[in-house]
Amino acid sequence: MSSETFVVAYEGDPDDPNVLDYAIHRAKAEGARLLLIHVLEWSPYSFLTPQELEERHGRRKQELARANEVVMAPALAKCEAAGVPADGKIRYGQVVELILEETKTAGATVIFVGRSGSNSMAARVFGSVPLGLAQVAPVPTVIVP
Amino acid sequence: MFDRKAFPLAAGFALSGAAAQAQTIDETINSVVGAATGPFVSFIFSPFPGTSFPWIVLWLVIAATIFTIYFAFVQFRSFPHSIALVSGKYSDPNDAGEVSHFQALATALSGTVGLGNIAGVAVAVSIGGPGATFWMILAGLMGMASKFTECTLGVKFRNEYPDGTVSGGPMYYLSKGMAVRGFGGLGKGLAILFAIFCVLGSLGGGNMFQANQAHAQIVNIVGDYPGWITGVIFAAIVFAVIVGGLKSIAQVTEKIVPFMGVLYVGTALIVLLINYDRIGWAFGEVFDGAFTGAGVAGGFVGALIQGFKRAAFSNEAGVGSAAIAHSAVKTKEPITEGFVSLLEPFIDTVVICTMTALVIIITGVLQVDPETGNYLWNAELGRVETVGDVSGVALTSAAFGSALSWFPYILAIAVILFAFSTMISWSYYGLKAWTYMFGEGKAQELSFKILFCVFVVIGAAMNLGPVIDFSDAAIFAMALVNIFGLYFLMPIVKAELNSYNARLKSGEIKRFA
Repeated sequence: MSSETFVVAYEGDPDDPNVLDYAIHRAKAEGARLLLIHVLEWSPYSFLTPQELEERHGRRKQELARANEVVMAPALAKCEAAGVPADGKIRYGQVVELILEETKTAGATVIFVGRSGSNSMAARVFGSVPLGLAQVAPVPTVIVP
Repeated sequence: MFDRKAFPLAAGFALSGAAAQAQTIDETINSVVGAATGPFVSFIFSPFPGTSFPWIVLWLVIAATIFTIYFAFVQFRSFPHSIALVSGKYSDPNDAGEVSHFQALATALSGTVGLGNIAGVAVAVSIGGPGATFWMILAGLMGMASKFTECTLGVKFRNEYPDGTVSGGPMYYLSKGMAVRGFGGLGKGLAILFAIFCVLGSLGGGNMFQANQAHAQIVNIVGDYPGWITGVIFAAIVFAVIVGGLKSIAQVTEKIVPFMGVLYVGTALIVLLINYDRIGWAFGEVFDGAFTGAGVAGGFVGALIQGFKRAAFSNEAGVGSAAIAHSAVKTKEPITEGFVSLLEPFIDTVVICTMTALVIIITGVLQVDPETGNYLWNAELGRVETVGDVSGVALTSAAFGSALSWFPYILAIAVILFAFSTMISWSYYGLKAWTYMFGEGKAQELSFKILFCVFVVIGAAMNLGPVIDFSDAAIFAMALVNIFGLYFLMPIVKAELNSYNARLKSGEIKRFA
């Protein structure tokens, strides 16, 4: 039984469960555990109106609750049903940066990420999460179509 | 039968008749509102007995000096720490997604950086001469301590509601904070009084002045037309944002304004560089005028008064408004927001206002008597003679235009955006004060928002003189109440400061980056 951890950069798109399915499949085959990371895009350097400032704390609570209910909980349930031990984390910030940070902290050996969005022109100009990870990840990264 | 050729002629007559009538709408608004606000303005700006010095300016200056000394020149000693806080070095990663120090600072700045930095400075320099710049910078530096005090209290005595919203500011720290010090009744009274003046301030400086000078710059570009037309258009857009909830306009404005600010300062630097051979002379004018008045009526006292007035109006140190924005930040240490907020008067006054003043001085739009070297004084208008006989934002525009002929067009866009962002921020501050007095509720909110939009029209229609007088008076009235309370509450801030500094030194305050 391996004690490896695989990180899954999980967007939570119900139309695209491939990355989670594949990660579960690989983790089961190798007896690894999964660490699902869901990142809510946020920057401490963005500009807000005074009303947004007042409401931010409350909105953050709502966003976290929603992310947990709609994204993380069903995904963790799926892992459990498949017999794969899994943990989940919801983080605020820049996706690539946080995935790398969590990978380092957990000592993960592989990153799984969905390919959605990396084909478009915008992705080629502005970058996308899978392309960004492919360039800077310190561990093997699997881009799941 | 109706002659088709006569139609354009008839339309022309009708329009010119309407325009003539429209002029009198502006004049009517000007005389009515000017008369109504006159007594209030006279009281606030009445001189100290035996002098010509407005007592309210003395009040602000003494407060800033006392806070500077009481907190041992915190604005200079803690400046590097303020920068570290804003860049997130002490921000807990677990707090990601909450209001960051940078966001609180940026929001407060978008409320303070407005037409005061562009037009108000032009008024100050044309009345007080170049020496007003020196006193303005000094007031900005000392005002950092006032802002430090009030924003610390804003976080310390804020209300956090079950639904997650946060409300803070002078109404709360005056009522709750004074109660802690044993002056609950007085505190409540001060809080109500502050709320009244905050509403007036939001209608004056945060609204009328902005609309007025935005219209003035548009007129500068496209030609004269009645102010109430600009007012109605602006009011409609402001209405769409604050009543209609059309957040996209507010969000776009908030994002563009910082870039316009950087563009404005950058362009000012270019103008200074174009006139690099006069930079030394310009600074000489500033220092010379600061202590001798350089031939300006009122002498150096006039320069001092104008400098302090404009600094206070522009950076709102001691006024209490920024404490409302800063109170939403996520932090366990209220004093950290004090550190962050002291950067505001620096950015607003010492950087942006000074840039405006130097551009006006260096480009020579203030007329000089070639024989005496003194500035030509227009006694009737009560200010220095200017090229094109302009004042306010038109003077700033002329100054930039003399070096970069296309800049007045960019300035017009910048002015409109600055005006909007200030109006959006101040409509919020005024609303907070209004609901503090009359309670939360859809009817109360709507009534204030409609009132606010009406004043957009009034401000655009009036002349600069009565608008700036009322705007100044309302803002200073807020400072009158706020600073009175700050004197009682400053020991609380000192305790926070000492505790934080001790824990920072011992390493108990964690650094995350």
